[in-house]
Amino acid sequence: MPRKQIAKFSVQHLSILDENGKLDAKLEPKLSEDELLEMYRWMRLARGLDERMLKLQRQGRLGTFPPNTGQEAISIPVALAMKEKDWFVGAFRELGGRLVRGEPLTSTLYYYNGWEEGNILPDKDFRIIPTSVVIGCQIEHAVGLSWASRYKGEDSATVCFIGDGGTSEGDFHEGLNFAAVWKAPVVFIVQNNQWAISIPRESQTASQTIAQKGIGYGIPCLQVDGNDPLAMHVAITEALNRARKGEGPTLIEAVTYRLMMHTTADDPTKYRTKEEEECAWKKEPLIRFNKYLKDKGYWDDAKEEALLGEVKAKVEEAVKEFESPKDWQQDEPFKHVFGTEHAVISEQHKDFLANVTREADHG
Amino acid sequence: MAKLNMVQAINLALHQEMEKDKDVIVLGEDVAVDGGVFRLTEGLLDKFGQDRVLDTPLAESAIIGTSIGMAMAGLKPVCEMQFSGFSYLMMGQFEAHATRMRARTHGQFTVPMVIRMPFGGGVRALEHHSESREATYAHLPGAKVVIPSGPRNARALLVAAIRDPDPVVFMEPKHSYRAFREEVPDNEEVMALGKSQVVQEGTDLTLVSWGAMMRPTLKAAAEVEKKHGTSIEIIDLLTISPLDSDTVVESVTKTGRCVVVQEAPRSFGMSSELTARINDKAFLYLEAPVQRLTGFDVVTPYFGREKSYLPNTPRVVHAIEETLNF
Repeated sequence: MPRKQIAKFSVQHLSILDENGKLDAKLEPKLSEDELLEMYRWMRLARGLDERMLKLQRQGRLGTFPPNTGQEAISIPVALAMKEKDWFVGAFRELGGRLVRGEPLTSTLYYYNGWEEGNILPDKDFRIIPTSVVIGCQIEHAVGLSWASRYKGEDSATVCFIGDGGTSEGDFHEGLNFAAVWKAPVVFIVQNNQWAISIPRESQTASQTIAQKGIGYGIPCLQVDGNDPLAMHVAITEALNRARKGEGPTLIEAVTYRLMMHTTADDPTKYRTKEEEECAWKKEPLIRFNKYLKDKGYWDDAKEEALLGEVKAKVEEAVKEFESPKDWQQDEPFKHVFGTEHAVISEQHKDFLANVTREADHG
Repeated sequence: MAKLNMVQAINLALHQEMEKDKDVIVLGEDVAVDGGVFRLTEGLLDKFGQDRVLDTPLAESAIIGTSIGMAMAGLKPVCEMQFSGFSYLMMGQFEAHATRMRARTHGQFTVPMVIRMPFGGGVRALEHHSESREATYAHLPGAKVVIPSGPRNARALLVAAIRDPDPVVFMEPKHSYRAFREEVPDNEEVMALGKSQVVQEGTDLTLVSWGAMMRPTLKAAAEVEKKHGTSIEIIDLLTISPLDSDTVVESVTKTGRCVVVQEAPRSFGMSSELTARINDKAFLYLEAPVQRLTGFDVVTPYFGREKSYLPNTPRVVHAIEETLNF
């Protein structure tokens, strides 16, 4: 028998607003001035908070954290396209998306300063899942959440983020496979920022694209310019529609660049060049989006200045709240191991409190 | 009231809890059409349909990972690990999320789920099908570990595990699956988790065990009682974590002597934890060191050698006699 081709696949790339601010008008989404400006304001706020956090960390006022700068055009358009009942399952570079979903600015400050209180939302119905520090686990949680929402008959889709490094984890593959078999209403977004700490994209996977990993599981996929908020808006809208119509999961590879260090404990000069970083800075999303808005006549320097002032005020207000005294108790963890009484934990709780007193007396 | 073996009793618990609560979902490898490789989930698919009884692809981590998501959304997944030896593939998800979500969010999100898994030796199975690793799970804060020893308590404990607000590892001693039958009431029966059971009262020595080891333990006690006229108190732990050491301590303050029988390797195991707790609470009552009669700290041999490695009645008898004669 001659060999014959039995399947053929292709991967598309979507870009609408390029790094020079050049627009493909045919693909431009129909977003109103208000919607576009809302998107831009969130992006500026996320950038402003991120920059402030880096200063706080360097001053010893905040713990180690992973900066988000340069990746605002991914999670913000995504979160803006989501509905209230949708689940937002982040990795750890979705600060903007979390803010859009309603997470207070202080939450991320508490979280990265070592307080579980940063995970606690004003209301569980915000449907934001806490960060999974272990890379990739959240993919499977998202599949379970989306399965549960369909089982309960909710009009709800789940959006789950992961990084390029995360796509090497077994959970990524197991989760995609489950999602496809279950036709789960979920959208997977890979923030391909080219670097997983010191490992470059080409050492992470031999795939030509990350998007094509969806093909292996029977999941429609798309590569998007992740620094282009318009393209991200189009991609997520299509994917959420598929999910809501019962057509199953989608995999979106959002191509971006990690402009900063992995976390504040990392030093990228050890493994990449200044030239590479400088080149990436020219492509970052805020420059092109600002130009686009100005070209449309929606924006000008005076508005920009006013916005930067607003962002600064909001961020400073959050920092003030973050640094205000709290009555959070040291023995809190004893109350949240189980939802039922536990004799040994109660005994150790007493012991812990006695130690606190002993230490206080000791001076 | 019907005479059921452990497989039937667990199946009854699943049927009744699924009937009662539509949030209870059963998922795992071969659990639906096939009814589970040991037939624990037989009949569930026909009765509750494919929306509630899910044959999953073959991936232990994803079975638990997706169940965590389901549980966070308010469902109560009861998932099956086909054998405990494959459960290490889900350990990342279990340790990193199932056991921590409550603490991570101060209870805003919780993970009420049950992970059922057959474990233990004695069935002449392939590698990875005969280990007893309950201590591995019991060591994790936030995890509950339950091991029934017979049909009746298996049914009543599984009901409690499904209704528990936290993740429960429900380890089923597969050697006991079809080994014997017991009367199991038709109506609902629930046994509280975290409670061990005094199955026989006595005054001279406390004998503690759990799971499949209860049978050689009971036999050995009867033999020693007959031979020496000794009065032995026997405790079935039932829940491994939270460990009800109070019942054991109370017994040891009365008897002054204790033997713990465990199938698992000795070091860092439940019998060591129990010994430590007896030392904490009943040191001055002890007439002899607490004896740990356990498996060996070797990699579980293939089944050709299995019999000589599992604790058995003669070894338990010997341990009891040594402790009595100390």
